[in-house]
Amino acid sequence: MSWISYVIFFAVIALTLYITYWAAKQTTTASDFYTAGGSLTGWQNGMAIAGDYLSAASFLGIAGAISLNGFDGFYYSIGWLTAYLVVLFLIAEPLRNLGKFTMADMIGARFGAKKVRGAAALNTITIVMFYMLAQLVGAGALIKLLFGIEYWIAVLIVGTMMLIYVLFGGMTATSWVQIVKAILLMLGTIIISFLVLMKFNFNFIGMFETMKTATPHGEAFLHSGVVYTDTIGLISVLIALVLGTAGLPHILMRFFTVKDAKTARSSVIYSVWIIGIFYVLTIFLGFGAAKFVGSDAIIAENAAGNMAAPMLAGVLGGDALESFVAAVAFATILAVVAGLVLSGASAIAHDIYGQIFKNGNVTEKQQVNAARWASIAIGVFSILLALGSEKLNVAFLVSLAFCVAASANVPTILLTIYWKKFNTTGAVASMLTGLIVALVLVAISPSVMNPVEGATLITGNPIFPYANPAIVSVPAGFLAAFIGTLVSSKRHEKDEVSYAEVRFKAETGYKELDL
Amino acid sequence: MTNQVARGKSTMDYEKLVQTEDFKGLVKRKKSFATPFVIFFFAAYFILPLLTGYTKILETPAIGAMTWTWVYAFSMFVMVWVFTSIYMNKAKHFDVEVDKIIQKNVLK
Repeated sequence: MSWISYVIFFAVIALTLYITYWAAKQTTTASDFYTAGGSLTGWQNGMAIAGDYLSAASFLGIAGAISLNGFDGFYYSIGWLTAYLVVLFLIAEPLRNLGKFTMADMIGARFGAKKVRGAAALNTITIVMFYMLAQLVGAGALIKLLFGIEYWIAVLIVGTMMLIYVLFGGMTATSWVQIVKAILLMLGTIIISFLVLMKFNFNFIGMFETMKTATPHGEAFLHSGVVYTDTIGLISVLIALVLGTAGLPHILMRFFTVKDAKTARSSVIYSVWIIGIFYVLTIFLGFGAAKFVGSDAIIAENAAGNMAAPMLAGVLGGDALESFVAAVAFATILAVVAGLVLSGASAIAHDIYGQIFKNGNVTEKQQVNAARWASIAIGVFSILLALGSEKLNVAFLVSLAFCVAASANVPTILLTIYWKKFNTTGAVASMLTGLIVALVLVAISPSVMNPVEGATLITGNPIFPYANPAIVSVPAGFLAAFIGTLVSSKRHEKDEVSYAEVRFKAETGYKELDL
Repeated sequence: MTNQVARGKSTMDYEKLVQTEDFKGLVKRKKSFATPFVIFFFAAYFILPLLTGYTKILETPAIGAMTWTWVYAFSMFVMVWVFTSIYMNKAKHFDVEVDKIIQKNVLK
């Protein structure tokens, strides 16, 4: 790396640290810490959602997947974008109307029992850990690649940075880091896409013609089926992608950083445009990398293709553009893990400590302190896990997080809003069944079990045939909800709020304290 | 705002509120607006892998070397943008209805 690489890299890091310093001065209450005081405007929150969503998996992962597998990589873009229709049409406004800080708040608005909140918090922490592990492993690999330092040092640096953002700046810093990073990421992607298109003489259709012969896959590169030879397996992945977003704690938390449901709605619109444009551009990143870097070189650097985008930037724009893209990718990972730490910390400090152990009787100061300690606990724990996970596939960890979110959270969220008969037992049964079925099936899937020794954690033939179990675990989550509800329909739970009240509040956003 | 949202100590009669014609009408209109869109986008989304997995009809060239697979994929993007815009416009009308319901039945 040249001196200009260091300058660009450290300029981006310095910018994010300055934002944290500025935000720290405004963070005093629990509401500031968790949700930036609900003060973000529609476009700001939309940019921050886009920032949260365009993680290392989106930027590094999809570019790599398209460059190596052609259209099959593009399924991620389609699935993750369509997911926003599920969020917008079914979940965003009722969630904002019922909740306060966390997803568990929203479910707790109907089912007050501690076991419901406990199960929701457990799911949140599990999803956050998988997602965070993926980002940390990715960040470690990126830093190791750029600066040639050891993986464990790289992970420690990333972990320390993320804790600085969260501990000092809370949600305000995390949000603004996301907004700045979303702008930089879009800028970098647009520049690379423009350069790629220029290399193809601005002939979009001609680019497809060239790609027919540019990769070892030949014409199949442009068709579905390079990786997903089994249609049921493909559908299973697509279920996790389209439903998972609606159950991701750090995305759902974003609906509480605005003042009302109207603003939550408009922030979804902004984010859908930004994310959609970005995902269209992933075609240029992927095709460009396949053509101008070449799949051999991409695989030689990282077998999963994760370094395709920075390498393409290097080929097209030299050291300066490569370091800019790498710095943005690094900032991306830092910002996403900071958001994840916050949602995990809110589950521990707000749901478990504040609501379950203290029955909601905590002062602002206690809440913020608890949240800071919870952030440190989650941060340290995930750093320790990441240190031992260098060999794990990043995309696999993220798709696992989506699968758990879709199976364990989404059935309960939907039924809490829309099903009159749904009850406490149904909610707990659904959340735990979705979680356990997803985890167990992954543990016996080809992602964990492989007959080739050393390829995965366990050597042996996989018992469950699909890498992503959503096609079984999501229906299991719904089924458990129905069975749990029906077997306990006669039981009276004292902490349940009438469905009439939940329905009225969900639809209108009416809160009694507003009077 | 505090944590003690009036759980179980509510003074409002929600059973009566949800039975008002205004509220029932709002829920009905929201449902009949959203349902066709939800069915359509889920169907469009899952028909794609069925077509690519079990048939070859999307593998024929559509525009130059670009196959129908890509045209289908791009139409999904257009669909997401169009549906979010439609939702946004419609939601403004529902906001007005909600304000009326609150004014008439709650704040009277």
